[in-house]
Amino acid sequence: MYNMVDVYISERILTPDKSMDKVWERPDLLIDVPNHYCPGCSHSVVHRLLMEVVEELDIMERTIGIAPVGCSVLAYDYLNVDMQEAAHGRATACASGIKRVFPDKIVFTYQGDGDLAAIGTSETIHTVNRGENIVMVFINNGIYGMTGGQMAPTTLEGAKTSTCPEGRNLDLMGHPIKIADMIALLDGAYYVTRQAVHNSKTVRKTKKALLKAFQYQIDGKGGTSFVEIVSNCPSGWKMTPLEANDWLAKNMFEYYPLGNIKIPQKEE
Amino acid sequence: MGQKRLMKGNEALAEAAIRAGVQGFFGYPITPQSELLEYMSKELPDRGGTFVQAESEIASINMVYGAAGAGARVMTSTSSPGFSLMQEGISYLACTEIPCVIVNVMRGGPGLGTIQPSQGDYFQAVKGGGHGDYQLIVLAPNSVQEMANFAFLGFDLADTYRVPVLILADGALGQMMESIEFPDYVVKEHLTDKSEWATTGRINGREQHILTSLHLQPEEMEMTNKILQRKYREIEAKEVRYETLFTDDADLLIVAYGLSSRVSHKALELARKEGLKVGLLRPQTLYPFPSTVLNNLAEKVKKILVVEMSAGQMVEDVQLAVEGKIPVEFYGRMGGMIPQPDDILDKLRKMNESTLNV
Amino acid sequence: MKTELIIAGFGGQGVLSLGMTLAYAGMLEGKEVTWMPSYGPEMRGGTAYCVVIISHKRISSPIISRFDTLIVLNQPSLDKFEKDVKTGGSIFYEENNIINSPTRDDISIHSIPAVEEAVQLKNVKIMNMILLGSYLELNPILDVDSIIKALKKVLPKQRHNLIPVNEQALIRGAEMVKGYSNQYKYSDITVDSLI
Repeated sequence: MYNMVDVYISERILTPDKSMDKVWERPDLLIDVPNHYCPGCSHSVVHRLLMEVVEELDIMERTIGIAPVGCSVLAYDYLNVDMQEAAHGRATACASGIKRVFPDKIVFTYQGDGDLAAIGTSETIHTVNRGENIVMVFINNGIYGMTGGQMAPTTLEGAKTSTCPEGRNLDLMGHPIKIADMIALLDGAYYVTRQAVHNSKTVRKTKKALLKAFQYQIDGKGGTSFVEIVSNCPSGWKMTPLEANDWLAKNMFEYYPLGNIKIPQKEE
Repeated sequence: MGQKRLMKGNEALAEAAIRAGVQGFFGYPITPQSELLEYMSKELPDRGGTFVQAESEIASINMVYGAAGAGARVMTSTSSPGFSLMQEGISYLACTEIPCVIVNVMRGGPGLGTIQPSQGDYFQAVKGGGHGDYQLIVLAPNSVQEMANFAFLGFDLADTYRVPVLILADGALGQMMESIEFPDYVVKEHLTDKSEWATTGRINGREQHILTSLHLQPEEMEMTNKILQRKYREIEAKEVRYETLFTDDADLLIVAYGLSSRVSHKALELARKEGLKVGLLRPQTLYPFPSTVLNNLAEKVKKILVVEMSAGQMVEDVQLAVEGKIPVEFYGRMGGMIPQPDDILDKLRKMNESTLNV
Repeated sequence: MKTELIIAGFGGQGVLSLGMTLAYAGMLEGKEVTWMPSYGPEMRGGTAYCVVIISHKRISSPIISRFDTLIVLNQPSLDKFEKDVKTGGSIFYEENNIINSPTRDDISIHSIPAVEEAVQLKNVKIMNMILLGSYLELNPILDVDSIIKALKKVLPKQRHNLIPVNEQALIRGAEMVKGYSNQYKYSDITVDSLI
């Protein structure tokens, strides 16, 4: 499943050169196996950040993750915490069930745009509306990666996919959905932010956002924490990783601007 | 045994589930099961459990998936259209071997149908209504007392075999009142200890627990299926439950479950008054189905009449069990209509006449 | 001994609760009981009915099509269920709510002006209990004491202040039919001995 380039890169990274200081280490909770994600895919970075956060907050023994249907369906092969694989779109319902019966557990969902913003829209909205004290991680790359690059609800106007080969036509296919902004309107939403991981600066910011989101859950603050991560899909977009990151910065942020959408009142 | 109480079937089932230690209830209103949901909303939070009114039956069943997967005793209840919506989640529950209790208080269909009682969901319940090869243990109560008894039994069976258990009732059983006594019940700890597999968090750094129904390699997926099938064979061998009435000298045998079995029992009484030798076999488990018992009875009785509130669904399992040894006839009403004792009696008379003529 | 009743009227006339009270009283006397309501939109003002069976043995079907007694509080229900009363059975109907009286001559028929009595007792809602009083006077299948005990269970606590007026209603209902003959016979069920 994995690409040989991945293996090559990871071996190079993991073989320390004794003449250098160690500046980065794979978190223990990120299982040390080659992953199936395409080279340059944002998932790998977000996986790493998530496990760093779980380690830093020392919550492994309490953490339960929910994997979606989509490219990250096998997230539990990399995230070394207890995990459930949910039906397509239902991750937040599963998470709600767990959190309600076991409020001391730390529960997160990890979903793509098809899972969270198309088939699971109802669960998404009502989970946030109930103010479930969970962390929702939303990977928005504007395309269905796993099934081969079809149009997603988040696909930008004019963007070509295998089901809108002439580009997304708003009259026929509707508008890219800004689901984080929708969610922020709900009283159950506690913290809603939109981040990215296409360069080191945004990666650091995303990590901070994730740390905040999990900390809010630990503190039992009132509501759902929602971290959207505007991501790439080099294979689906038919670009090299660098081209994809460039395209993302030039096109995605205009429609999906980065930054906090809703933050706890006292921090405003 | 406690004090006698007069309760609706829906309420009795809810009370029994609470006594069985249910930790979470997730549901969505739909007639004729709403009393169950309402009872839970009133009672469960004060008695150590969690109640959530979900936004749909789809969400309900997936909340069950999450919470049961994390090791809790949880349940949901619905009626036919909602049960259709749950099929996806039930398929996942079966594959990941997550124990839980699901209640379907059936109403007439197809489509939006009617709110009156029906048994039209037999196929969906017994043949695996969702995708893939799986079974649920299906319990079919026929009284308010059994609505309660099967809640206790349902949780125990679910935890014993790590399967979802379905209690298949109907609108009449849910709405009617009868006197009931709750049995003494103690939660068996060996059944509720799910630390071996549940996603509870990696306590003490143990190995990761994963609940998934995804196995991309077909060899692996076939192995998952084989494990399930092996379990189903064990259930078929050990968990068949049924009741027989007057089968010792019977020429005609009625096979009916749930409310139909109550009406059939009345028809049996009327028939016996006329000298017709009628017996009754009532499956209490629809899966596993009492096929062997039925096959043996087919050696003794001359004809079988299957009575259902459907166009004829269980009758197929009866025919399979009987292996063509004797004729199997059917009487059913659909869409919320209930068979009347007199109509069944008429059918029995005709069957008896033709038996004499042979 | 088994008694099979149907109680029918408009939603809000206390039809379902009357049946429930009977069933509860039956249970308190150690009998087997079933109470089967019509459910659904009828709950809100349409026609509502419930079937109550009280027996000293296991009850087979809670669904039956013929009844020993019909207690009826409105015309549509009388029109619907009159034919379903067994020969030798009885109908108790509320006089003011019925325009076309029952016509059968193989059953005993009792017209009870329960509304007027209820007005005199300053509570129209207890019309149903007056009918029950009449029924029990001629068909003493249960003690009136058990009915009172049952009311304590059926009525929510905040309504227990209504129990005395319910008791009066039962008594008035009984007085109204005292001395009337009733050809009602209990269902003869020879099969019961087999069960």
